[in-house]
Amino acid sequence: MRTGAFYPSRVTRWVIAIILGVLVLIPLAMTLEYTFRDGKSHSLKHWAALFDPANKATYSPLWTGVTNSLILAVATIVIVLVLVAPTMILVTVKFPRFRRVFEFVALLPITIPAIVLVVGLSPIYLVIGRTFGTGAWTLCFAYGILALPYAFRAIQASIDATNVTTLAEAARSLGASWLNVVVRVLAPNLRSGLMAGSLISVAVVLGEYTIASLLNRQNLQTSLVVVNQQDAFVAVIVSLLALAFCFILLLVIGQLGRMGSARKERS
Amino acid sequence: MTDEPLAVARQATSVVLESVTKDFGTNRVLKDLDLTVEAGEFVSLLGPSGCGKTTALRLIAGLEQVTAGVIRMDQVDVSRVPTNKRDIGMVFQAYSLFPHMTALQNTMFGLQMRKTPRADARRQGMEALDLVGLADLADRYPHAMSGGQQQRIALARALVTSPKVLLLDEPLSALDAQVRLQLRVEVRRIQISLGITTVFVTHDQEEALAISDRVAVMNAGQIEQIGTPEELYLFPATPVVAAFVGMSSLVRAVVRDGVAYAWDIAIPLIGNPPAGDCEIFVRPEHVRIATDGEPGIHATVETSTFLGSMRRTQVVADDGQRLTVQHAAEQHLDVGDSVNLTIVPVPVAVRK
Repeated sequence: MRTGAFYPSRVTRWVIAIILGVLVLIPLAMTLEYTFRDGKSHSLKHWAALFDPANKATYSPLWTGVTNSLILAVATIVIVLVLVAPTMILVTVKFPRFRRVFEFVALLPITIPAIVLVVGLSPIYLVIGRTFGTGAWTLCFAYGILALPYAFRAIQASIDATNVTTLAEAARSLGASWLNVVVRVLAPNLRSGLMAGSLISVAVVLGEYTIASLLNRQNLQTSLVVVNQQDAFVAVIVSLLALAFCFILLLVIGQLGRMGSARKERS
Repeated sequence: MTDEPLAVARQATSVVLESVTKDFGTNRVLKDLDLTVEAGEFVSLLGPSGCGKTTALRLIAGLEQVTAGVIRMDQVDVSRVPTNKRDIGMVFQAYSLFPHMTALQNTMFGLQMRKTPRADARRQGMEALDLVGLADLADRYPHAMSGGQQQRIALARALVTSPKVLLLDEPLSALDAQVRLQLRVEVRRIQISLGITTVFVTHDQEEALAISDRVAVMNAGQIEQIGTPEELYLFPATPVVAAFVGMSSLVRAVVRDGVAYAWDIAIPLIGNPPAGDCEIFVRPEHVRIATDGEPGIHATVETSTFLGSMRRTQVVADDGQRLTVQHAAEQHLDVGDSVNLTIVPVPVAVRK
């Protein structure tokens, strides 16, 4: 059978790509244009204002928010890679009968609105506040749960595509400890899933508003709301920068992954 | 680390299973299993799927824990020793090479886990690849190898650490027939040259008979019979073994005074079955075309299959029983031909 029967033609593909591209780019372009507005004309006034030391006090919540969100992103990635992924591997290899239960629990947060989640989380955060303090980083526990369904799907897809059980048993039979099984044998083969899981967690963290706001912690989104009330232009600029940051992050992580595999192939 | 080449393996290890029981939930997979594998011996576990043979192997590997009983290697109880400390080599049915490592990196893995210096690990890894005849594929990744090549590398990887015991879990069953034959000869050659104690799981009786010092026929979580391939084939102790090992036709017979009578032919028995009606297992090579005056069966040819060096012909006796006859390939029997057959009086197994 002709493969052409299954794949759209070159022209169709381009048309689809252009339509989608336009749909994504127009709002972005308009947002960018907005940041240059200066009365009837355009200027770099608002961009300059953002970096003007004179406005430091006005924008300081913003920098706090950005810093907190970055810390939270890293902490959430750590939770995904150190807690979620090994647990999933363990369930697959050692306790396959718990897989359905585990999957159900992992996907649960997606069905619970953040506002409902907060009701349950707030008494827990009273305890967390007493034990770990009220630093913004403690939000990573909640964000780990929020990111769980997305990270789970991404990693599970990789696990399903890899013969994890046989690889783990082969490594065990060759004398590998469980740590070595996970780090040296499974992680390299689940790389794409782990990467996708981490990335999507970063996206979740950078976009999160409800929980941070209701638990009275500052992150990027809450600070944007605060700053927006004083200077809408700056809030928009920072939103754009955050988007750009995510985009660059995506490219960098993708590139790192490719370099990692290329290095392995050379040695 | 030692400098000695792979071929001078350590002193061989014996493996003993003592009254081993294994439950999965409420399902008892192994029932009070006893098995002794002598040092340097090649023993196959043979049986239909679900008979517990793979479970027995996984218990020896430590990939499952015994519910009751003891597993010993060289008299030492290893029942609670985790897999990575048991010093075993294992080849799996599914392709199990690490996809992100080259053939050489795969074979070096076990040595690196034992903290062998890199240069030594590299040299021993190459030796292991040499042993399976694939040193030229050292830098190849698994996805660029055939199934047979992958299983050879897996064998090299399992042997490179000079393990106490080599465990083979149907390693040939995913390969096509020709490669399978080649590789099983090679597995046996390497096993003999290293003198390593080996347990091989298979559901292919021909494979088990061809490759093993002894074969344990398993059924429903127990060993029906263990013996050399010849013993199993010529003197099957139970109906299950007779039916599973080699080909047989079941023929109605009567046991009287320790002898079975089928079509008035007196046939000696294996063991001491009680008198009365029964069925006997008759091998195709023990049925032959009768000469004049011999007691026998009159039968009609149903089908005939040419197998190269010989021919197997299915016949229907006048009383409706079906028989398989093995005879010289030159002797051509056409469908519908009528023949007189007789049974060679060698000891047969009996089913009530």
